[in-house]
Amino acid sequence: MSMGNIIEKLKEDIRFVEGLNACINCGTCTAICPAAEFYNYDPRQLVVDVQSNDEEKIIQLLKSDTIWYCGECMSCKTRCPRSNTPGLIIMALRALSQELGYFTESEKGRQQLVLKRTVGEWSLKHGYCMYPESITTNNFPEQGPVWDWEHAHLHEVMDRLGANYQRDGVGVLRRIPQDALDEINKIFEVTGGLDRFENIEKCSRKKAKELGMQFDETHDNEYFDHIFMANNGQHQKD
Amino acid sequence: MKIAGKKLLWKEYQKEIATDHYFYARSCIRQNFFPASETTFLRVMREELGKDVYEDPRHTTCTGIVYHTDLVRIETTMTVIARQFSLMTQAGYHNYIASCITSFGLYNEILDLWEHHPEIEQKARELLWKATKREFEKPQNIAHASDIIYKFRDDIAARGKYRLINQKTGKPLKGVEHIGCHYSRMFPHKGVGGAEYPYVLAGMIETFGGEVVDYPERRHCCGFGFRQYIVKANRGFSVASSKKKFESMAPYKPDFILTNCPGCPYFLDRWQYAISEMEGVTYGENGHGIPVLTYEELAGLILGYNPWDVGLQVHQVAVEPLLDKIGIPYDPIKKYLGAKGESLGRPEKPSVLKVY
Repeated sequence: MSMGNIIEKLKEDIRFVEGLNACINCGTCTAICPAAEFYNYDPRQLVVDVQSNDEEKIIQLLKSDTIWYCGECMSCKTRCPRSNTPGLIIMALRALSQELGYFTESEKGRQQLVLKRTVGEWSLKHGYCMYPESITTNNFPEQGPVWDWEHAHLHEVMDRLGANYQRDGVGVLRRIPQDALDEINKIFEVTGGLDRFENIEKCSRKKAKELGMQFDETHDNEYFDHIFMANNGQHQKD
Repeated sequence: MKIAGKKLLWKEYQKEIATDHYFYARSCIRQNFFPASETTFLRVMREELGKDVYEDPRHTTCTGIVYHTDLVRIETTMTVIARQFSLMTQAGYHNYIASCITSFGLYNEILDLWEHHPEIEQKARELLWKATKREFEKPQNIAHASDIIYKFRDDIAARGKYRLINQKTGKPLKGVEHIGCHYSRMFPHKGVGGAEYPYVLAGMIETFGGEVVDYPERRHCCGFGFRQYIVKANRGFSVASSKKKFESMAPYKPDFILTNCPGCPYFLDRWQYAISEMEGVTYGENGHGIPVLTYEELAGLILGYNPWDVGLQVHQVAVEPLLDKIGIPYDPIKKYLGAKGESLGRPEKPSVLKVY
């Protein structure tokens, strides 16, 4: 993207407009931020950099791990004395990073493909962002032996707990009617959600090729495994 | 009546909660991990309180997790939410209950956005019409399901069989409460007690006879962080956040943790197991963990529902120590049976964390 357009692009995102008034650099957001406590991350500095209007700095941010550390708990919204919300600024930066394809330049940004192929696709396929058949202790070991037991007897346990798992009608984990799923898919289509998903795929495929990693449409390929697990150990505070 | 004095001072911490005729939207995470909590909620509402609660099988994820993993822009999410409101409108309801805190926060965010930017609301209406030929009215009242249990806590206590009293000592049981971040951090006036003094869970504990224990990290996030948990490489953030809370609360020896967000009970339950495996540390009594409850589970237990109907068998941290203290009977043999009484085996025991 040519210089001069980044700030304008950010201002097209209502979250950027709502999230950034004049920052007084007090550091309250950093003091309250759970991510700042764990990661090498400082929302105060991020807001200062964005507020500087220095496009070079902002492009660096869009390509960095920094914008992917926030957990979007929105504690910063409660506490900022100037009603800024660094969490909303982060969301606008992440959106632009994906739109411009910069997200694949960082280890944390590349993880968007995992999220797209899990919670993103499950939402369109099942109508739920999580789906129990897809969750195993292989990928989620902290689920513990109780989940292994539940997973091995999913229909029986769901019945025991009053669910309506994969059946028609109302209730827990019911089968969502196809016409409802069609409407959700159509909403994603007309609002640009599907375009975003396709762009994540396209940019990820390109990055996998650049890294010389095998890439396909499954959850079982070298690139997918790599981005799900890779942690260079440089993200936390010393 | 003129509101003055302390009543005026506390007015901004109050919240109007509708009394009946609700449209209920389920939570994706709760349905996966605590399915019986939603079942219990509807049982309490309909069978105990005689309330009219409507649900529509066509409602879907609100896209909250997709939105907060930054996969879609707000235009997509607000149009899906507009569709949920359309289902409510179509059914003739005006009071919306969200089972999920992420959803509840998002509904408030979108309604606030529409209030301040009517042109964005108009855009949502156009997008929804283009995609589905649907129209909608905005809810007159939006509540989280925990608001509803809070509102009727006195009725539940009055009908209850049990109190949060230690049967051996006669003293109130000590509960720590953990409020989901998106309940009131973004829009304090939308939550009972606001962001400063959230009272939605504390009010339940006190009304049911227990004592709320304050502790330094009471308001720290459980560490879900959306992408910070879902992607394996990031889970250090998640477990570290929960661990910070456990270490802060453990010296106060809580008998249980009460939560209102779908994700929080899962993380506070499962990370206790993971930490026991990783470090050999447990935070409860005698090698057990600290039992973690959803507010629906707590209401069900107070009302005398069978603990296995309420879904306590799918917790990794055993809840039996709490049942014993309250004096709630349970049949260990029936814990892992299916709906028809068939044997489903039983989970393997963790190597450190004690279970029953």
